[in-house]
Amino acid sequence: MKKSLAFISLLIFFVGMEFAAFSQQQRFPKPEFESGYTQPVTSMPVPRDGMFALLDVLVLIAALSLITWFILKKRSRTGVVAISIFSILYFGFFREGCVCSVGSVQNVVLALFNPGYHIPLSALAFFVIPLIYTLFFGRTFCAGVCPLGAVQDVFLMRPVTLKKWLQKVLGLIPFIYLGLSVLYAATATDFIICRYDPFVGIFRFNATFFMFAIGAAFLLISIFIARPYCRFFCPYGVILNLVSRVSKNHLTITPSNCIQCRLCESSCPLDAINKPVEVKQMEDKRSATRRFILLSLIIPALMIVGGWTGANFHENLAKVNSKVRLADEMLHFDSKTMKESLEIEGFRTSGKPVEQLYLEASNIVKQFYYGGWILGAFIGLVIGLALSGLSTYRYREDYTPDKGDCVSCARCLKYCPVEKD
Amino acid sequence: MMENKKNRRDFLNTCFRFAAGASIVGVAGVLAAKSQKGDFLWQLDPAKCTQCGRCATSCVVTPSAVKCIHVYDMCGYCDLCGGYFRPNVKNLSTGAENQLCPTGAIKRSYVEDPFFKYEIIDELCIGCGKCVKGCGAFGNGSLQLQVSHDLCVNCNQCAIARDCPSDAFSRVPIEQAYKFAGFKTNKKI
Repeated sequence: MKKSLAFISLLIFFVGMEFAAFSQQQRFPKPEFESGYTQPVTSMPVPRDGMFALLDVLVLIAALSLITWFILKKRSRTGVVAISIFSILYFGFFREGCVCSVGSVQNVVLALFNPGYHIPLSALAFFVIPLIYTLFFGRTFCAGVCPLGAVQDVFLMRPVTLKKWLQKVLGLIPFIYLGLSVLYAATATDFIICRYDPFVGIFRFNATFFMFAIGAAFLLISIFIARPYCRFFCPYGVILNLVSRVSKNHLTITPSNCIQCRLCESSCPLDAINKPVEVKQMEDKRSATRRFILLSLIIPALMIVGGWTGANFHENLAKVNSKVRLADEMLHFDSKTMKESLEIEGFRTSGKPVEQLYLEASNIVKQFYYGGWILGAFIGLVIGLALSGLSTYRYREDYTPDKGDCVSCARCLKYCPVEKD
Repeated sequence: MMENKKNRRDFLNTCFRFAAGASIVGVAGVLAAKSQKGDFLWQLDPAKCTQCGRCATSCVVTPSAVKCIHVYDMCGYCDLCGGYFRPNVKNLSTGAENQLCPTGAIKRSYVEDPFFKYEIIDELCIGCGKCVKGCGAFGNGSLQLQVSHDLCVNCNQCAIARDCPSDAFSRVPIEQAYKFAGFKTNKKI
């Protein structure tokens, strides 16, 4: 009897709640106007037409084709500068630096790892098309179609050459940056490339002081050091660098045969011209074998050490993820002594159980554990391969562009005295 | 010997080139199958929004691309508007000391006897959500924060979405660019 009474009272309570909710829906019903008042339309400003995305892709293809033609057929630096200025104006100031190929890496990674995310076709096109062009013609995209590269390139006035060791060491940063951005995109944490894009604030005339200062610093540095962002930070440049090494028709300094006049020797602001080796001399078999054995020990060792280090730092890496941060905050939250942060308040309002949050957060942390191993091993591999690249002997007869580092800016072309035959 | 070596290198290069080409085409193919035509836009779900005020400060655009939008169909045209007036207001006049909005972006005008119309002046609105909170607490919840798509630059990763404490931001297809919450039920008052 008591039980059923309790049940009925509970039922009444629930019904009452429903009623309360319903009455609250129409707390102040819309009045019936008698004075012939016409209600304004709720403003819903229309977004930019989807057709513009297609236009962007078409402009990208046109600019890439044109600049490739200028570089490989016309061998004209003026053409490259013209396209650079166009790209700065169109992809930079007009499109405000978004959509861009550099950031599209993250969209691709997120789409690969996250089944719920559908990549926009334009982002996919911006990722793939420059890669295909690079596979055939070298990094002509970097030369002047990428607004980030172009804006640094037009600033370059007094190029200085960096020490080789410094170039090699700084050249490792883009790999680390790429690894981190892939890790954060794959775990749907953040798009760090876009967040720390130094020039997008300048293109938009709108940024935090911090980002604007970084952008200005990069532009100032690029007066003296050619393309600091491209060479020492750009994660997409890493991919293009690797693809460009096996490109089919890369730019050549001379239109015909190299006469070894040395005129082009110091013309490259990026230090991407390989000099001929004076004495032809092959490494003897014993030292080659020793080197091979040493490297095949060092590289896996570096990978394991790197992976272990990365895995040890996985909790620190995971702290960037907002869910992990929230779970951490909730765990250490003491309602007596601490004031509720906006995050905790927001979470409370959402009414989700804390256990679910902890479960989700621990899953993300676990992803970061494996991600940390992979990231560390990747960095170890990169360092190992850089060492092996430094120690390999390559015989060269002529002055040739380094297919990986060369961005096909076409500055060296006018130094070559050889006529096209 | 030399010629031989060169051929070998060329051959290796060709192999790598085909491998690279195949993987690019492969990735493109896999993703093209699950890609979606047309862009995605960022929008916030007013049902999840807690009006924390970060929309006003986190956006890469200043003033923020998030604006308060008035859903007139839900408005009760109240004289004592919870979104317009500060709590415990003495007299219902348009004096600045009575207004909740820090920028005076809501225009109050008389319609007929007990009813008043409230309009948002978009140019002044900074998207702080103070009026939204007031209206949701006291009234029908006809004032709602939304990403105004003529101002939003559609960042690859929305800066507000990253800072939003209630996870209210998501990518929406271009056809459903606005997300208005229906009539509010018993939300936290």
